[in-house]
Amino acid sequence: MTFCGIELEHPVINGSGTFDAIAARRAFGDELDRRFPFSMFVSKTITPEPRAGNPPPRLYETATGMINSIGLPNKGLEGFLAADLPQLAPLPVPLCVSVMATDREGFARLVEAVGSRDEVAAIELNVSCPNVKSGLIVGEQPTETLALCEALRPLTAKPLVVKLTPNTADPAAVAAAAAEGGADAVSLINTVRAFGPDPATLGPWLGAGSGGLSGAAVRPIALEQVRRVAAAVSIPVIGMGGIESGADAAAFLAAGATLIAVGTANFRDPLAAERVRRELAGLGLESGVGASVASTST
Amino acid sequence: MSERVAAPFGRRRCEVIANEASGGYEIVSALDSEGPEPAAGQFYMLAADNWGGPDGRPYLPRAFSVAAAEPADGGVRLGFLLEAVGPGTERLAALRPGDGLHLTGPLGRPFSDPAELAPGAPGAILVGGGIGIAPLAILRRRLASAGFPQRVLLGFRDREHAGGLELFDCSEVRTASEDGHRGHQGYVTDLLGVMLEGDVGAAGCVYACGPPAMLEVVRAMCAERQVPAELAMETPMACGFGSCFGCAVPVAGGGYIRLCVDGPVVRADELETALVAGSGH
Repeated sequence: MTFCGIELEHPVINGSGTFDAIAARRAFGDELDRRFPFSMFVSKTITPEPRAGNPPPRLYETATGMINSIGLPNKGLEGFLAADLPQLAPLPVPLCVSVMATDREGFARLVEAVGSRDEVAAIELNVSCPNVKSGLIVGEQPTETLALCEALRPLTAKPLVVKLTPNTADPAAVAAAAAEGGADAVSLINTVRAFGPDPATLGPWLGAGSGGLSGAAVRPIALEQVRRVAAAVSIPVIGMGGIESGADAAAFLAAGATLIAVGTANFRDPLAAERVRRELAGLGLESGVGASVASTST
Repeated sequence: MSERVAAPFGRRRCEVIANEASGGYEIVSALDSEGPEPAAGQFYMLAADNWGGPDGRPYLPRAFSVAAAEPADGGVRLGFLLEAVGPGTERLAALRPGDGLHLTGPLGRPFSDPAELAPGAPGAILVGGGIGIAPLAILRRRLASAGFPQRVLLGFRDREHAGGLELFDCSEVRTASEDGHRGHQGYVTDLLGVMLEGDVGAAGCVYACGPPAMLEVVRAMCAERQVPAELAMETPMACGFGSCFGCAVPVAGGGYIRLCVDGPVVRADELETALVAGSGH
């Protein structure tokens, strides 16, 4: 299949920040590359400068889900290009690099640097961050998203994917703004803002106070948002949010997604995506699924 | 001992072959027909059939150090020491022979060889507390089969929290208990302090695993006496293979390591403290 001009073997990729191929190679050895479960690999988000991440605790288990407040630890642009990219380049699938900055200049620096590398097939813009100038979360505002995409579009010929946040009143309006600004695709959903109380104090448990919910718990929210976004834009949609089975994946494809991403399920089983793909193929829906296909019972 | 053993890629289902109650803990054994023999200090992510339940928890697998690993007919017999303290451990502790145990592993950085940790050390002191004695059991066996002298010090809270001693099939175990029901009344670190006062103890190296407060005392004692030490630590983690970044542990000099891939065994001098927010839960 083809996604934004990139040849992919199948429609199952990973959500950014849910699979670290470099660490997984340490844990599982060469078998990781021989049996790589995703048709495209989306990196953890990188920022212009290095980040240590949030203080622990960073995880909170909920009913069929988890809240995380990881805080985007990463080596920064220079560290990524020097240390991580050479280790990601040998993966047997195209590479999509996720980037985030708190101002347009930072985003531009990331997109230009990453976009100029032959090892990179696509760039995902993580817009779930505040613009330090306006104080607004870019991905929550159609106007901010439009302006960012318009500024970045001329800087690279590589596909730009905008990762949408669910924490906004009208994700379809933000998606339409991304498309208008020149984005080649959108992906959704990012985590849903959430709070997990310390059982002893009922105050914050997580080091950062609150975090983002993922896992099966968010799947119905994700499906509805994917459905609305897919109806509002003509660019491809990458659907994700609690996908754990082929039937889950089929429901996202039926809702209008072109690709689906496995996220939190990777934590439960590092080969979850391989099973999702196998089950999806078994349903006979892998290609040609559109919004007209009746939703699959889950 | 020191080589990280790579895990088969993906989660696999093994069969539980025994679950023995032991002093308030359970020793759950499973036959791993696919996996390699782990190194001492490595861990597995564990889950059971129909993980989850009426309230949707447990959702994530749980990390456990392997306490025993012996070649067996048709694979490797793995032993885990469990205490039912939450929704995940309750499910695992209730497993019966014939049930499925889903595991990913072996994972993480194992204990170093004494020759690497402390070149020339005449012996090692193994210090364990509570459920944290698990990885020291397999370490003791490996050290013994290599002919390396070791002393084992184990501490427990009370009679209801004092199991797994049978995993140490040796007579050289000294114990402490806070309620005095077994061995020295007090902390296991009292025993360590006495041992480190002696010339032999001070010339050796220390391997420890237990609750954060115990590990912190061990770390401080070893730092003060410049005794090389490794600590097997615990913190909640979602994946166990470096992907979730949830198991962050602050290190000396700033920043964090991921305990799942940079640990769970950490050199004591890499830390400013072994007290990590969220661990021990």
